[in-house]
Amino acid sequence: MVERTVRIGSTHGLHARPAKLFTQAAAASGASVTIQKSGGTPVNAASILAVIAQGIDHGDEVTIVVDGGDEQAVLDQLVELLSTDHDE
Amino acid sequence: MEIRGTGIGQGVAVGPVVRMADALPEPVDRPSHLDPEREGERARASLSVVAAELANRGAKAGGAAKDVLEAQSMMAEDPSLIDEVTKLLATGKTAERAVYEAFAAYRDLLAGMGGYMAERAADLDDISQRVIAHLLKLPPPGVPNPGHPFVLVARDLAPADTAMLDLDQVLGLVTSDGGPTSHTAILAREKNIVAVVGAADAATLADGDMVVVDAADDLVVSDPTTEQVAHANERIAERAALEAAPVTPGALSDGTPVPLLANLGSADGAAEALKLGAEGVGLFRTEFLFLDADAAPSVREQQEHYTRLLTAFAGRKVVVRVLDAGADKPLAFLNDAHEENPALGLRGIRALRHSEVILREQLTALAAADAATDAELWVMAPMIATVEETRYFERLAKELGIRVAGVMVETPSAALVADRVLAACDFASIGTNDLTQYTMAADRLLGTVANLQSPWHPAVLRLIADVGAAGAELGKPVGICGEAAADPLLAVVLVGLGATSLSMSPSALADVRASLARYSPDDAKALARAALAAEGAAEAKQAAQAAASDITTARTSAS
Repeated sequence: MVERTVRIGSTHGLHARPAKLFTQAAAASGASVTIQKSGGTPVNAASILAVIAQGIDHGDEVTIVVDGGDEQAVLDQLVELLSTDHDE
Repeated sequence: MEIRGTGIGQGVAVGPVVRMADALPEPVDRPSHLDPEREGERARASLSVVAAELANRGAKAGGAAKDVLEAQSMMAEDPSLIDEVTKLLATGKTAERAVYEAFAAYRDLLAGMGGYMAERAADLDDISQRVIAHLLKLPPPGVPNPGHPFVLVARDLAPADTAMLDLDQVLGLVTSDGGPTSHTAILAREKNIVAVVGAADAATLADGDMVVVDAADDLVVSDPTTEQVAHANERIAERAALEAAPVTPGALSDGTPVPLLANLGSADGAAEALKLGAEGVGLFRTEFLFLDADAAPSVREQQEHYTRLLTAFAGRKVVVRVLDAGADKPLAFLNDAHEENPALGLRGIRALRHSEVILREQLTALAAADAATDAELWVMAPMIATVEETRYFERLAKELGIRVAGVMVETPSAALVADRVLAACDFASIGTNDLTQYTMAADRLLGTVANLQSPWHPAVLRLIADVGAAGAELGKPVGICGEAAADPLLAVVLVGLGATSLSMSPSALADVRASLARYSPDDAKALARAALAAEGAAEAKQAAQAAASDITTARTSAS
């Protein structure tokens, strides 16, 4: 199990397209992934409804936990996705 | 049987009815007679069919729609949602009810978050309805696609429905709800579809019924006789001939010019408008640039679009309305607050003033596009109620490089002090839809008060006459850019009341052009006087028709 905390890069937070890209990647990874907004509870990162319902905004800190499969590679990829600004 | 409603435009159509499925009722919360595993299989199967359909539609649509539909497809097969459905099924509920409750829980959660999230809540309702329809083996709610030309009969169409409509197959539209300013009516005018709206008895029409839709006579005839069908077909042929007539500038019979302009919602409509003889643009709505956006578009993005529009109309007048948003057309970045009375709330110039940076950016983009092109750009502000607001807008527009700045007259207050409003700016353009709504105190989106929503009402005409008189006195142009200008007879009355140009959906240009050419300026004034003196809207229309018929009869007997 590996985890990392990252700051959201997308200008409009983890809504709409950025949320879609993130959950797609989490679901495709085959690993069990959770995302937790600082101060919140961890939710299934492969669930777009759970992710957008967190109301994660630009600059918020989130913790990603990856369990199973090629954990480190999956974590790196998801962190990269979250820190990129997809709204540009 | 004859069914009365409000006709949009002058067209006629004949064809078989296809009804749009109404929204599904809430599934009853009763114990399932299947075991939870079996219900679970049903639910998962339907969720996955709907997810595949949405993904498939996304792949076909491409572009921005693809992202939206893909996200919706993911929501239909969302693991958290399926967990929730499974939990609900374990308590003995039916698959329909469990799906309904699971989506409703997320819908409420998102709606409670406000802004962009609240807008997505409607998506969840749509997905939920599709899944439940699949479970019940019912047609999915929304626009039908029977595979042959048809007359669509619906309660009313939502913007999302109209976007999905295959216009090549739609002969006509009939709605039982919704007035002349409903989304259905706006679509019908924009796309030149024969429509009768607010026809309450249309609810009795069934799939496959033959109907004649007669917009000019505000009538739908079900089960028509052979003669009625033949007569309708003759009129369809006559109108086709009229539309094929050569395109000339708008003018009265003595040659007095009345420029005929187009109402456009995006630069994409420019070529079609020019083809139909638009002499310029009288109302360019800029909302589409801002809708579906999380933030206002950048100055550069806006400038590119305006430049495209102005280039298409080089050497002609283009009147652009700055962003007209309110609680009835909410934008997450402009106005998030719920209002009890959106039509009377923070909208138009009021909302822009509240977020002045958006207005400044839009004016800056417009001025830059104007400088780079050869069109004659005029810019106007919506929902002006006071002279002070007029001054505010005029000053800001000029400061940012706009050469001609004016206001929309949509409130009775602006019309009543039109002389002072016009003294403070360069021109006025009357938005007859809102002016009627505010004068008659009748919500333009509400079918139950659609009977009050007529721009023919002498109270509305009186206000228009006041604005026309103020414009003539000060030598300032007074245009009409509401749908009233698209009514061929009312167009003549409006010119008689002092309108100097008329702007409408391009599809209406041919009818209005032909109508104006039949009357002199004195005739137009006579029609206007007759309508102004009437008791109510219907009487005003009859009085104008009678005056028009006197004029044409006198001319025939004289010649």
